[in-house]
Amino acid sequence: MQRQVALIKQSLLDQGYLDEQFMELEELQDDANPNFVEEVATLYFKDSARLINNIDQALERGSFDFNRLDNYMHQFKGSSTSIGASKVKTECTMFREYCRAGNAEGCLRTFKQLKKEHATLRKKLEQYFQLARQAGPKETARRPK
Amino acid sequence: MAEVMRPEKFDISNDTSSLASPELLHVLAVDDSIVDRKFIERLLKVSSCKVTVVDSATRALQYLGLDGDNSSVGFQDLKINLIMTDYSMPGMTGYELLKKIKESSAFREIPVVIMSSENILPRIDRCLEEGAEDFLLKPVKLADVKRLRDSLMKAEERVFKNIKHKRELEASDIYSQLKRAKI
Repeated sequence: MQRQVALIKQSLLDQGYLDEQFMELEELQDDANPNFVEEVATLYFKDSARLINNIDQALERGSFDFNRLDNYMHQFKGSSTSIGASKVKTECTMFREYCRAGNAEGCLRTFKQLKKEHATLRKKLEQYFQLARQAGPKETARRPK
Repeated sequence: MAEVMRPEKFDISNDTSSLASPELLHVLAVDDSIVDRKFIERLLKVSSCKVTVVDSATRALQYLGLDGDNSSVGFQDLKINLIMTDYSMPGMTGYELLKKIKESSAFREIPVVIMSSENILPRIDRCLEEGAEDFLLKPVKLADVKRLRDSLMKAEERVFKNIKHKRELEASDIYSQLKRAKI
């Protein structure tokens, strides 16, 4: 079962959903903190849901305060980077470029795509963590020095 | 005749290779992102540091007693070895926090490291000019934290060794005096 978990993770990496930062997070897990990555992910999805909500509301109002939107997206990009959410991060970057160009249409389009990537990642990670928990502690737990 | 205790019997370790360790480095981390706070806290704990995390520069100043409401008298026992702060934060930025810390007589000696997701050279220059110890690009790596910790531990170790050496000299001095008195 652990092999299955490893395969899922590898496929997420290969498909670009996650990058090396995710691996860095896993390196920080040990026997005393076996669920660290899942905890970070939980915080991330809670926080990003809040940001998505704020951006949705700002966009629905119709008035495009590009500074404010860019600000939200800066936060979103930051936390996405910290967790290794590669595709989401890419969408954030694009959104910010549209903000800087004052391109409302581009912002709307990109945001739609961003939400899709975000939802996909959430689902995949939920599956991954569930399986990882079932599989038990990994052999790759950091060895004490 | 009372036996004069030799210096070695005093409570001083002669073993300098495994130093009775100075206290764990205590790091104050400042970041408005909840994800980054969790991350930096873990990085620091894995690197054997004691960590206090706050979510804003204002709270950092409160913690240090620099917010003007408290005099720093009550904070003399507060031992912070390193401050790591995000650059872009709402309200007070990490840069402004850096300036406030360097203006304070109580805390200006504490190394301050700035973290930022943006690799902007003028920003980096400005921080270093203002006295930042280092500027780290996010996401911060475990290697970065270990490097910081090692260089700070060396500095602390030097201080610790000086104190120890001083005590040894004092003990040795007392021993000589007692020996002479015996005659």
